[in-house]
Amino acid sequence: MSTKVGERALPMGRARRPSASDPESQKNRGVRAGTRRQGIATPWLFLAPYLLLFGSFVVLPAVLGVWISLHSWDYTLPNKPFVGLDNYVALFSPGSTVFGPFWGSMRATGIFTVLSVPLLLIVPLAVALLMSRKFPGRDFLRAIYFAPYVLGVAVISVLWRYLLDNNIGLVNHYLGLLGLPDDTAWTTTTPAAWVALVGVTVWWTLGFNAVIYLAGLQDIPIELYEAARVDGAGPWMQFLHVTIPGLKPILSFITIITLLASANMFGQSYLMTQGGPGRETRTAIYQIADAGLRNFQMGSAAAMSYVLTVFLMAISAFVFYIFREKQPKKLKKEVRS
Amino acid sequence: MNALTTRISAGSRARSARRRSGTITRVVVLGAIAIAFISPIIFMIVTSFKTRADATAIPPAWIPNPISVQAFASILAPGTATPVLQWFANSMVAAALNATLVVVTASLAAYPLARMQFRGKNFVFVIIVATLLVPPVILVIPNYLIVSELGWLNSLVAIIIPTAASAFGVFFMRQFFVGLPIELEEAARLDGANRFVIFMQVVLPLAKPALATLALLAFLGNWNDFLWPVYVLFSPEIQTLPAGLSTLQSANAVRYDLLMAGAVVASVPVLALFIFLQRFIIEGVSRSGVKG
Repeated sequence: MSTKVGERALPMGRARRPSASDPESQKNRGVRAGTRRQGIATPWLFLAPYLLLFGSFVVLPAVLGVWISLHSWDYTLPNKPFVGLDNYVALFSPGSTVFGPFWGSMRATGIFTVLSVPLLLIVPLAVALLMSRKFPGRDFLRAIYFAPYVLGVAVISVLWRYLLDNNIGLVNHYLGLLGLPDDTAWTTTTPAAWVALVGVTVWWTLGFNAVIYLAGLQDIPIELYEAARVDGAGPWMQFLHVTIPGLKPILSFITIITLLASANMFGQSYLMTQGGPGRETRTAIYQIADAGLRNFQMGSAAAMSYVLTVFLMAISAFVFYIFREKQPKKLKKEVRS
Repeated sequence: MNALTTRISAGSRARSARRRSGTITRVVVLGAIAIAFISPIIFMIVTSFKTRADATAIPPAWIPNPISVQAFASILAPGTATPVLQWFANSMVAAALNATLVVVTASLAAYPLARMQFRGKNFVFVIIVATLLVPPVILVIPNYLIVSELGWLNSLVAIIIPTAASAFGVFFMRQFFVGLPIELEEAARLDGANRFVIFMQVVLPLAKPALATLALLAFLGNWNDFLWPVYVLFSPEIQTLPAGLSTLQSANAVRYDLLMAGAVVASVPVLALFIFLQRFIIEGVSRSGVKG
């Protein structure tokens, strides 16, 4: 592949020492030279390997998924009859067999998202604010907060199922020492299971969000804080009128990636609670993967994945809408006032 | 960030005294949270060196007594239904090849998007970036069928190739290339070098930190990926470590000594990478957010 790219691009380098009369170098003079002058094929040869992967495993499946969702597609059966929108209709018909499990799983995803996103937006911001000023050992602490994130969901879930074991787990043991109830069944009863899933997820990903916040905080010009101080703004007013407006672009980014990550929760529930008790903590992703890839009801599972996606797109669009523009004006005005 | 602190310290004396006591409180609070944060990981390592009985003893001990490597010996022994050593090798191979593929394809694709003018460029770039917001779940079911058509089910190829189409990688490398000074490339071009030679000999050497960051993030992502391997790999000897941990957990529900040893085996490479290359990883993550 690489030699081919080289060979094809070679003729384009023919103008060794361009003279002023050379039409090609004439064309180059005004334009940024670096963005001009190559064969039509050259950029596409660079792009080809990636686009092959991208087309095969991102674009094709995104389209193929719609096709599958319009069929009664059982992987194990030879016939996959076209059923139109039946798979979607079934998801919205209270009497159907898929209605209960699907909306139950959407509810679980909803509960998890509503509980985890605010914590994952606020707690890492607090940590980032505490760390925004330089002090000895700051980089070391930042690394420690980030460390759980590099472990991956399987490791942290297996680990916390041990720590949360209701008989011999560390968590109940120390709660007992503090005089609190020491027999909570963290992984087999609700609402304790939600506390466990959300708490573990906050522990796992706090550092990730904090690192992004920290980068955002360092981009806020210090002059804005000084101006606010001159105007008599205390720390709280500075936070409200300098930090928050200055963080707005980062806030919208973090809100969206956190929302999407929480709505895609799977591993914690699969390994810590096995979706239980009953199906209560079985999330939408868990339900879709199981319906499609364990029970091979792929048509129905594909339909579920599109319904979930429409929800997520709508929420993302809403977040974009809330955070859209107006912050530059507001920022200046509020600092002055 | 240095400029920020120097300017702060140039503030008035009285304020700086108040701030010093503030810094102490800050360090104490952050230190306490840090200890709480790291202790589950410490306890995981501690437990992996305990005997079977000690792993479930109450009160839990923070220093194993006796220090036992029995759990490791047991899970790493060949010929079990849970071949952890094989999983380790599988994960290594898959993550290394996947990261290589991501770095090669993403940097090649990002270069023309950063530096060339051509018809369709904006369209390609917008489509790639748009998929960053598409929830991966809609790809899972159809990709299973595609991988099955290709004969890759229950094979490491399924873990290596489909996830290598990294839209994030292209975006990340493009941002980096755009920020490079263009003069060196122009000089090379005046010397008659073609685009590919310039890319290989001028651009890539300058991009080493970005390439290392992307390779690390891709390696970590693939090493830790869970849902996809759980469903596309079935045979015990083909699992990756995260999928294997799930198997290990269902086979040994309360053998926490074994489970923690397995979790430690799955953590050692990524923790080592993190400890030695922390700066690249954290920088890569924070830069991903500052895309503006």
